[in-house]
Amino acid sequence: MELLTNQILAGIATGAIYACMALAVVMIYQAIDHLNFAQGEMAMFSTFVSWQLMQWGVPYWGAFVITLVFSFAGGIAIERLLFKPLAKAPILTHVAGFIALFAIINSCAGLIWDFTIKQYPTPFGSAPFLGSQLISTHQAGMIGVTVLLLIALYVFFRFTRMGLAMRAAASVPESARLVGINTSWMIALGWGMAAAIGSIAGMLIAPVVFLEPNMMVGVLIYGFAAAVLGGLTSPFGAVIGGFLVGIIENLAGTYIPGVGNELKLPIALALIITVLVVKPAGLFGRPIVKRV
Amino acid sequence: MSAVQEVVTEAPAIEAVPKRAMTLGAGTSLAVLALLILVPLFVKNFIIFQMTMLLVYGLAVLALNILTGGSGQFSLGQSAFYAVGAYTSAILMEHAGMNYALTLPVAGLICFLFGFLFGQPALRLSGVYLALATFALATAMPQFLKLGYFEYWTGGVQGLVVTKPDPPEIVQGVLSWFHLKMSQDMWLYYFTLVITIAIYIFSVNLLRSRSGRAFMAIRDNEIAASAMGVDVALYKTLAFGVSAAVTGIAGGLGAIAVQFVAPDGYTITLAISLFLGMVVGGVGWLPGSIVGSAFIIFVPNIAEGISKGLSGAVFGVILFLVIFLVPHGARQVAMVAQQLMGRFKK
Amino acid sequence: MTALLNIRALNAYYGQVQALHGLEFSLNEGSVTTLLGANGAGKTTTLRAICNMVRTTGAIEFDGAPLSSRSTENIVRLGIAHVPQGRGTFTTMTVEENLQLGAITRSKSGVASDIERMYAHFPVLKQRHTQQAGTLSGGEQQMLAVARALMLRPRLMLLDEPSFGLAPIIVRDLFKILGKINREDKVTILVVEQNAQLALEIADQAYVIETGRIVMSGKANEIADNEDVRRSYLGY
Repeated sequence: MELLTNQILAGIATGAIYACMALAVVMIYQAIDHLNFAQGEMAMFSTFVSWQLMQWGVPYWGAFVITLVFSFAGGIAIERLLFKPLAKAPILTHVAGFIALFAIINSCAGLIWDFTIKQYPTPFGSAPFLGSQLISTHQAGMIGVTVLLLIALYVFFRFTRMGLAMRAAASVPESARLVGINTSWMIALGWGMAAAIGSIAGMLIAPVVFLEPNMMVGVLIYGFAAAVLGGLTSPFGAVIGGFLVGIIENLAGTYIPGVGNELKLPIALALIITVLVVKPAGLFGRPIVKRV
Repeated sequence: MSAVQEVVTEAPAIEAVPKRAMTLGAGTSLAVLALLILVPLFVKNFIIFQMTMLLVYGLAVLALNILTGGSGQFSLGQSAFYAVGAYTSAILMEHAGMNYALTLPVAGLICFLFGFLFGQPALRLSGVYLALATFALATAMPQFLKLGYFEYWTGGVQGLVVTKPDPPEIVQGVLSWFHLKMSQDMWLYYFTLVITIAIYIFSVNLLRSRSGRAFMAIRDNEIAASAMGVDVALYKTLAFGVSAAVTGIAGGLGAIAVQFVAPDGYTITLAISLFLGMVVGGVGWLPGSIVGSAFIIFVPNIAEGISKGLSGAVFGVILFLVIFLVPHGARQVAMVAQQLMGRFKK
Repeated sequence: MTALLNIRALNAYYGQVQALHGLEFSLNEGSVTTLLGANGAGKTTTLRAICNMVRTTGAIEFDGAPLSSRSTENIVRLGIAHVPQGRGTFTTMTVEENLQLGAITRSKSGVASDIERMYAHFPVLKQRHTQQAGTLSGGEQQMLAVARALMLRPRLMLLDEPSFGLAPIIVRDLFKILGKINREDKVTILVVEQNAQLALEIADQAYVIETGRIVMSGKANEIADNEDVRRSYLGY
């Protein structure tokens, strides 16, 4: 029994990573109605930027804020330059665009900073949290920041005019235009916010998985899975989904025989998909009714 | 959690290719066919090998076109079917001594069953969710192939070497009257070409048949299709089965051409490449499959030639250029060309 | 009386198909005009053309300013509110949020009091103001759509088949309110309808459209009294 609780706790700790990433994924999904496969790479690149600033002597929190602003602006720039021209193209073409963006960012990061693993600092320290062997202060800090982000997003969407406008633009774009909302800019804003949230995720994850250009690839998949599990329309669901995915991954690795590190991913995905077959809109998502 | 459900009246996510635009015109088809038949006679063996791979990946993209462009089901997992086909051929050839040509129908059948079975749980998924499920399949396959349990058959991490077949005695005999000899590569190429043409014709007819119309009805509006009496479950799984079968045959041909199979040759990267091939060729446009195949074979090499350190970035930039200029892929180019020809004739 | 909206030689296209052919009409400020016609005649297309939601050629002027070069959202900001076919309610948001969205382009001042005024016009909305809009009945959603449009404080309101799918008694109430709004808030109204009888009762001016062309125009009461016109074009 103790092993089980330990594994669950450990799963929650790693799950914080996925929860954070899943928030960024849901953010972009709310804005543009599909998933951006390059989001992990954008987060990775932002993290490298912050690392570079620190190499140049900028203190941690200064680098953090600058990176946040840079990511926000970068997300908007990428949308305006690369994806606005594709606005009328079919969805699958957009997906090809995301893949192209992935390749470009990954390659550039590799060239600029090479593929050797780098240490990345944490503002929370890495001592055991409250004496527990399973959760470090950094992981606790991650969970705390993720929850804060979630609250901030909730307040933004529910209580601000801009948040209301964004929700409207994503929900019924034509009606949003008919109340005077510039839906095109709402999409750009959504990208900016998703990029900013992604950069926070990256800067929190890097101390754990170490900084290198491929660090987000695995995390992104789990982030997607978590977002889908939680329900793509629910930021709260995304966070819960993230923790659940962390737990599932850990338990699968511990209890299912023959599952080494390599099979953890497909097994976790398979379990998530099983949930989806039962609850197609995810655990907390709004059920989607399709009309002919 | 609200009581209100999101009501979605969706435009089809995948656009239809009009029926008359589904294939190349007779003239263009013959021209392409002539090129495919004649070019190998004049080039070196390595180029012939590349042309064989062009056909092989073309088949795999064609299969994806049937699945996505035809029945509207999104798949990032084709690499799994390709791998199963490849390994089936390899195992039958190396462990059971079967003739290479006979392994292909077996590979096709096994993959058909595999695809059909996978299609069952996939019935309840669509769009993003189906993408995730097929993605899981694609990432699982290499790990599965590496499992120690199967190592005797699969060769484990190192894989299996496949013996390259010789041209049949009859062919060599006939050619020797003219003092000609056919290389293994050339024989393999023409063998692959015949199979490719056969499958292409089959696919075109499939999409034009009642089943094809059922696929497309499902793609355009699943609810309406089921209300019209289309057995959605049957046709969706059938589409998966057929697509998997063709991909499996492609995998088998690929294994024979490349002369070996190994788990790391069938990763998610392959699945993503096939997807890109479909988009570049034009989703649902069968003739575009070969254009897509050319893109995924040659452009990465070109990118690496331009800049070794930034090869990924160059590839991404080229891909962006292509989708900016022709968001609908090669089909768009063909349509524009057709319009220009029409104007020219007047 | 000045012409608030002026339309000249308007053609509209859906892809290659031409839906409107050389449309010409104008709306006087403060008037209620109705555009009548059968299904597929081009009524909805006309409203969409005004808001630049379809491809057009020709001239549309609002208060002297040309509209065809502006985006839909910018046209709305000029003071044109469009209640589309099907209402276009934000179904996943509450009634109150829908109303707030109507005023989203205005400054915050006056919005709260305007919402109260809407609740005075439509008491049932006040009852349901925290409910999700998608749970409202058809008639209630139509009222919500009209209220949302009014939150813009528009000078011109376009309504696309507001009676569609609603019980006659609800339609009567709705049209009564529209008349009231026109008189008290000085909102110019263009209402597109299949239900000709009711529309002609509240309108000053009427146009009849058939296959993308205006075939009849005149004072609403004259058209309503003209039996031939009614039988040929309006079906009653």
